[in-house]
Amino acid sequence: MEKFTQLTGIAAPLPMMNVDTDMIIPKQFLKTIRREGLGRNLFDEMRYEDDGKENPDFVLNRPAYREAKILVSGENFGCGSSREHAPWALLDFGIRCVIAPSYADIFYNNCFKNGILPIVLPQEDVDKLMEDAERGANATVTVDLEKQEITGPDGGSIHFDIDPFRKHCLLNGLDDIGLTLERAATIDTFEAEAAQARPWV
Amino acid sequence: MTAPRTLYDKIWDAHLVHEAEDGTSLLYIDRHLVHEVTSPQAFEGLRMAGRKVRAPEKTIAVPDHNVPTTDDRETGISNEESRIQVEALDRNARETGIHYYPVNDVRQGIVHIIGPEQGWTLPGMTIVCGDSHTATHGAFGALAHGIGTSEVEHVLATQTLIQKKSRNMKVEITGQLRPGVTAKDITLSVIGKTGTAGGTGHVIEYCGEAIRALSMEGRMTVCNMAIEGGARAGLIAPDETTFEYVRGRPHAPKGAQWEAAMEWWKTLYSDDDAHWDKVVTIAGEDIAPVVTWGTSPEDVLPIDGVVPDPASFSGGKVAAAKRSLEYMGLTPGTRLQDIAIDTVFIGSCTNGRIEDLRAAAAVMRGRKVKEGLRAMVVPGSGLVREQAEAEGLADVFRSAGFEWRRAGCSMCLAMNPDQLSPGERCAATSNRNFEGRQGRGGRTHLMSPAMAAAAAITGRLTDVREFLDPTGARTEAA
Repeated sequence: MEKFTQLTGIAAPLPMMNVDTDMIIPKQFLKTIRREGLGRNLFDEMRYEDDGKENPDFVLNRPAYREAKILVSGENFGCGSSREHAPWALLDFGIRCVIAPSYADIFYNNCFKNGILPIVLPQEDVDKLMEDAERGANATVTVDLEKQEITGPDGGSIHFDIDPFRKHCLLNGLDDIGLTLERAATIDTFEAEAAQARPWV
Repeated sequence: MTAPRTLYDKIWDAHLVHEAEDGTSLLYIDRHLVHEVTSPQAFEGLRMAGRKVRAPEKTIAVPDHNVPTTDDRETGISNEESRIQVEALDRNARETGIHYYPVNDVRQGIVHIIGPEQGWTLPGMTIVCGDSHTATHGAFGALAHGIGTSEVEHVLATQTLIQKKSRNMKVEITGQLRPGVTAKDITLSVIGKTGTAGGTGHVIEYCGEAIRALSMEGRMTVCNMAIEGGARAGLIAPDETTFEYVRGRPHAPKGAQWEAAMEWWKTLYSDDDAHWDKVVTIAGEDIAPVVTWGTSPEDVLPIDGVVPDPASFSGGKVAAAKRSLEYMGLTPGTRLQDIAIDTVFIGSCTNGRIEDLRAAAAVMRGRKVKEGLRAMVVPGSGLVREQAEAEGLADVFRSAGFEWRRAGCSMCLAMNPDQLSPGERCAATSNRNFEGRQGRGGRTHLMSPAMAAAAAITGRLTDVREFLDPTGARTEAA
């Protein structure tokens, strides 16, 4: 997994609540057996017309946001299915940070497994960043994970909270499986005891 | 004496392998269910890292999302990408030695239906699957939730999951349900009340007299949609109804092991003084047959209601409701019962079990699907299909004008050929009404199987009580 330390880029505004995983990546693109290549179909149904042409009004099709690295959106972002294709699609497009007032649990988890930082902020801070983001290419935002700080285009900064373990893993690009396997002996012991206590499992 | 604990606390404690100072925990996983869509990258990851499946005997795989549901499916899957994905699961299952139910096995079906059916799902277990509707298994008093593909790989490699403990939420449904009201109406009504983020960060335990009175099928319907309420998982404490369902299933314990299991299972309930972070109480008598009108599962109203005015909401919901109504092609003030439909879909992990088919068939018997409507029944598993055929339900559906399909996820998420066309309006027994969920531009109204059957008869959203007498018994077709 790629480390996440500091990110500077354009923030795209998507001022909607309940952005669901079917919106982020519709099911017809879940048939892949790879992780890569989903960026083209990120937000497919909003991004393309029925005939396959780009919808010029959709934020990621507007010239100012085609290179966006950060997405600012509404509450309960990523609700719906467990498909990790949603963060894969964001990542493949180039988005490495989402800022929203709240997230659905599974999506939130999935982000961290892929080097994406989902930042939770109070609604009023999200509103302010949304306004900044509306200003397009001038609205470059810097996210510093070490300092837990977002710096807006006007130089003002916003602090964000994050679980220390998740922060540590993101900063160092750590592989969860590797970390867990360091505890293989503990798992062995637990498994043996559980087999005694609940042999029917 | 230990502090009073919830059911969730008890299952958590029994599976805790390690807990770090900050609460980051390693939880042992008893059952790992796998399907073709969210697993190929996980198996590939294992191979790349030279890792093995740690506990193949606790891992169960089945293709369900992509598989066609037409009778000709045994001759092969024509969509190439779907075929490749199912073949990848075949190969991965064979190479790793996990339990596997291929497409042509009568036990094949939706992963959340066959787990319980085969007795893989037992009280007190931890169960995960790369699918958000894993919450279904909570009906047995098992801690069950959806995970992403990276976590699928993690569980394959380590049989554990890195977790932080969720908070405890109690949803109590008191009293009794009125005639025509089902488990689906309970679960939709709860989401209507708490919202799609109402359960975020929580594990919900459903309790109360109306929950106790439900069959296992009904309880699975309730827990299945805990995820639509934002919860990590849904739980119902096991009782005689649970034990009766589990007893004798192929992978359920037998003999002395059964007795030992029962001894533990009977301790799986929330203690009287357990702490709840959030409590929601709904009177069973207040729940009506409901439908959804918008594009979020929280957009729930009793069938005798009208399409709401977006201005009646507040905050971000005003814009969301406006967008929903535009997408759904609906005008505020329209009576829900005046909304004409094109299609009826009965099936899914929410409502594809035998009891669901019985409920729909009870309404349909002797009646016809309205002319011009497309209507299909997709049983949740090959065994549900067999049983429905043996009980004569398949004949009821076929002679009414329904298509009678093979088992799979089908039109719930429309990854296989069963899809809505743009603008096509569907009465569906599935779990999500998101934009494009059942096909690009498709319009979904969620409801119970009995309500979907009623809609099939009239061609519009319909109050199933029109077809029931005041006791809830079915009125005879004219």
